Amino acid sequence: MHTATTHASDHGHAHGGAHDHHEPGFWSKYIFSTDHKMIGIQYGITSLVFLFFGFLLMLAMRQQLAYPGKALPIVGQFLAKTLGDDMAKDGVMQADLYNSFGAMHGTIMVFLAIVPLAFGAFGNYVTPLQIGAPDMAFPRLNMASFHLYFLGGVVMLASFFIPGGAAKSGWTSYSPLATLADRDHIINGQTMWLIGMVLLITSSLLGAVNFITTIIQLRAKGLTWMRLPFFVWAQFVTGFLLLLAFPPLEAAGVMQLVDNVLKTSFFLPTGLVTSGGQVPVSGGGSPLLWQHLFWFLAHPEVYVLILPAMGIVSEIIANNTRKPLWGYKSMVYAALGIGFLAFIVWAHHMYLTGMGTKISTFFQTTTMMISIPSVIILTALFISLWGGSIRFNTPMLFALAFLPMFGIGGLTGLPLGFNASDIYLHDSYYVIGHFHYVVAPGTIFGLFAGVYFWYPKATGRYMSEILGKIHFAGSLLCMNLIFAPMFVQGLKGMSRRMYDGGATYFGGGLGADPGILQLNKVITHSAILLGLFQLPFIFNFFWSLWAGKKVESDNPWQATTLDWQTPTPPPHGNFASEPVVYRGPYEYSVPGASKDFIQQGQPG
Amino acid sequence: MEIPYTVKPRPDTGLYNAKVGIWLFLASEVMLFGAFFSSYILLRVGALDGFWPDVPTAWPHGLLNIPIGTFNTAVLIISSVTVVMAWVALKQGNFKKFQRFMTVTIACALGFLCIKSYEYNEKFTHYVIRLKDGSAVTGHLDIDGHSPRFWTLATVTEKKMASVKVHVDVPNQFRYPVGMKRPEAHHEGGEHAEHAAREIKTSDITFLQAFVPATGTFFAIYFTMTFLHGLHVLGGAIVLAYFTYCSKKMWETDPERLTNRIEVGGLFWHFVDLVWIFLFPVVYLL
Ligand code: HEM
Ligand SMILES: [Cu+2]
Repeated sequence: MHTATTHASDHGHAHGGAHDHHEPGFWSKYIFSTDHKMIGIQYGITSLVFLFFGFLLMLAMRQQLAYPGKALPIVGQFLAKTLGDDMAKDGVMQADLYNSFGAMHGTIMVFLAIVPLAFGAFGNYVTPLQIGAPDMAFPRLNMASFHLYFLGGVVMLASFFIPGGAAKSGWTSYSPLATLADRDHIINGQTMWLIGMVLLITSSLLGAVNFITTIIQLRAKGLTWMRLPFFVWAQFVTGFLLLLAFPPLEAAGVMQLVDNVLKTSFFLPTGLVTSGGQVPVSGGGSPLLWQHLFWFLAHPEVYVLILPAMGIVSEIIANNTRKPLWGYKSMVYAALGIGFLAFIVWAHHMYLTGMGTKISTFFQTTTMMISIPSVIILTALFISLWGGSIRFNTPMLFALAFLPMFGIGGLTGLPLGFNASDIYLHDSYYVIGHFHYVVAPGTIFGLFAGVYFWYPKATGRYMSEILGKIHFAGSLLCMNLIFAPMFVQGLKGMSRRMYDGGATYFGGGLGADPGILQLNKVITHSAILLGLFQLPFIFNFFWSLWAGKKVESDNPWQATTLDWQTPTPPPHGNFASEPVVYRGPYEYSVPGASKDFIQQGQPG
Repeated sequence: MEIPYTVKPRPDTGLYNAKVGIWLFLASEVMLFGAFFSSYILLRVGALDGFWPDVPTAWPHGLLNIPIGTFNTAVLIISSVTVVMAWVALKQGNFKKFQRFMTVTIACALGFLCIKSYEYNEKFTHYVIRLKDGSAVTGHLDIDGHSPRFWTLATVTEKKMASVKVHVDVPNQFRYPVGMKRPEAHHEGGEHAEHAAREIKTSDITFLQAFVPATGTFFAIYFTMTFLHGLHVLGGAIVLAYFTYCSKKMWETDPERLTNRIEVGGLFWHFVDLVWIFLFPVVYLL
C-alpha cells in the first residue's frame, strides 16, 4: 500500500504553532534542527530575506542612476546618519556607497540568495523526498552547512558598518583594486568580504559532499539512475560543480586575504603605482592569476545558478502538461555535458585582459560548445509542451515564462562568447542585460515556480492563485522593462559600474546619444514597480499559512514522483513505510491506464 | 525510517556513506591544493630571471633547510604507515594495539608541527638587507647576541640604532639550482668568511625585512601553503585523537562503525601526507 491517501490533518499544521508534546523544543526544532526539511526551510527563508535585501541595494543604485546627485528618497537621511558623510552626504549617494552597494548586490544575490535558495533550500527539501530517503546522508553536517552560511551572511552584513564600509571592488573583487581599497584599515570591507566568502564556500563544500553522497547512497529500492527525476539530476550536477569549482576560489580568497592583511603580493605586480605613489610591496605577483582563479569558480557558478531552476521547471512542466518530458535521457546527458564543459570555458570572461589570441580562441571554442547542451535542454522543454493539455496554474506560468527568458539570456551570451564581438561588448550594459535575463526572469522565475509548487507539500495549503497570477504578470512585465533596455544601452556603448549612469561620458558632450540615458529612468521606475509586484507574493507566502486553501490529498498536483507520496507535511523520517520504485519519473497519460498519472511507487 | 548504509555498505555501490563522503571531500581538497600548486607555477614562471636577493623579484632557491625537511617527510610517512596498522589492529579486534599505533601517529603529527614551527622561527629571524649601492645580503642580525623576529627598517630607525651587526650568509651550493652559475659573493672576505659578522650603517640600508610572507612571492606561497597544510595536520590529529581516546564505548557497542571511522580518518591522513610529498620537493628542492 502506498501512502498517498494519508490525510494532511494527521500531522497538524507545520507552522500553525500546534504544540505537539513529542516535538523537540524550540531551539532544537528551529535552530539546531538536523531534519533536511527544516534546514531547507531555514535556507529558504534566509535566502529570500537576502534576495529582498539585495534587491533594495539595487533600488538605491537605480535611483542614483536615474537621478544622479539627488538625495535618495525615504532612505537618504537614514543612510547619511548610519553610514556617514563619506557615503551619503545629505542623503545623496556618493561614489563609494554606489561601489559598495554594487559589490554587495552582486555578492548577496549570487552567494547569499540564489545559490542557497536553489541548492540549499530546494535541494534540501525536495531531493531526499524525491529519492525516497529518510533524510540527508549526514544530517549534522547539513546543519553545519546552514550555520556556516548564516555566519557568512552575518559577516557580509556587518561589513557595511565598519570604517570604510563594505567591499567596493565588485562581486568579482579584481586585484589590485580589491587589495588596495581602504588599505589603511586592516579590517576593511574587503577583508570582511573574504572572510565571509571563505565561510560561504566552506558551507557550500560541505553541502555538496552531503548532496552527492545522499543521491548516490540513499536512492530508494528500484530507483535506478535513469528513473531519477530530472530535478535530482540537476542537483547532482550542481553538487559536483560546487564541489570542484569552489575550492580554487577558496584558495584565491585565502591568497587575497594574505595580500590584504600580511601585505604579500600574490596578485600585485612589480612596480605598482597608484595616485599615492609606489605601493610598498615586494611585487612579483599576477593580477591575472586572481582572474583565472575567480572565473574558474564563477563560470561554473552560473550553471549552479541555472541548473536547479531547470530542474524545477522540468518537474512542473511534466506535471502540468500531463505528459512525459520529451527527451528525458538527452536532457540528462546534456546536464552532464554542461557539468563537464563548465570547467573549461572560464576565460571567456577575460578576453580583454590580453591573455593572448590562442588562449582566446580555445575558450571561444569551448564556449560555443557549451551552448549546445543548454540548447538541448531548452529545446526538450519546449517540445514537451507540444500537444499537452496544459494546466495554467501559477507554478506553470512561472515555469513557462522561464523558457523564453532563459532563451533570451542564453542567446545574448553568444555574441559575448565570440571574442571579436566581446571586445566591443565587454563591461557594457549589454553584459548586465545578458546575465540578468538568465538569472532574474530566468532562475528567479524558476525558483518562484518551485515555491508555489512545493508550498502545498510543505504546509498542507495552497498559495492563493489570484495573488500568484498578479505576482506573475507584474513580474514578467517589469523584468522585461528593466533588462531589455540594457541591451540597447550596452550596444550604444554605455559602461557598467558608472555611478552616475554614464552622464559624465554622454552628458559631457562626448558626442554620444543622450537618448539612452533617458532609458535609465524607464529602468528605475520599472524596478520600483517590480518591487511593488513582489508585495502580493510576500503577503501570499505568509497569509496562506493560515488562510490558504487546504490540500485535498497528499498529492494535490497529481504528480508522479516520490515527494508526493509522503504524508503532508512530511514528518521526521519522511515516509510512512520504505518506498519502492517500480517505474520512471514521468508516467503521465499512459495509454490504457485508469488515471492520467502513475506514481513511481505504484507496483505493476 | 533510519538513514541506511551508515555502517554497512550499500550493495550496488559497495560503499558506506562516510566513505563516499570522504572521497568527495578529498576531491575538493585536490582542487584546493591544485589551485595553490597552479598559483605556485604561475608565480614562479612569472618571476624575473636572475639571482635572489640581488634581483628582488627573482625566485629564491635553497633558503629552506633540506635535512630538516627530509626528516619531517620521513615523520609523516611513518605516521601514514602506523595509521594503517592501527586500522588493521581494529580489524583484528585488538583495541589496545589500535590505540598504541594511533598514539604513534598522533605523536608523529605533533612532532611534524613542532619541527615546522622551528623552521618558521628560523625564517622569522633570518633577514634580507638591501643597501644604497644596490647590493643585497641575507643573514642573521646580531642584537645582543641573538637575532630578533620580524624587524624591519622602521624598527631599526625607531630604536635610533646607528648601525646593525649582521652575520652575513655565504652563498653555498644549495642556494642556486643545479646548472646555474653562482654569482660573486658581495662581501669582502669571500668564501672563507662564513657567517662573517659585519656592521652595516643604518644610513646605508634601504630595506630590511625578515623572511616573512611579505618579503616576496616565494615566501608568500611557501608560508601560505605550508601553513594550510599544517592546519590540515592539526585538524587531522585532533580528529584522530578523538577517535582514539574517546571511542571505548563505541568499540564495545558498535565496533564496525569505529573501524569505518578509522578507515575514513586514515584516508584523510594519507591525503595530508600526499600533499606534503608534493610540497616538499616543490618548495625545498626545486
Ligand atoms: C548559454 C550560453 C552562455 C554563453 C555563451 C555565455 C557567455 C558569456 C560571456 C562570454 C560572458 C562575459 C562577457 C563579458 O564580460 O564581456 C558572460 C557573462 C556573464 N554570464 Fe553568461 N553565458 C551563457 C549563459 C549564462 C548563464 C546560464 C548564466 C547564469 C545563470 C550566465 C551568467 C553570466 C554572468 C553572471 C556574467 C557576468 C559576470 C560579470 O562580469 O560580472 N551566463 N556570459
Ligand atoms: Cu561564463
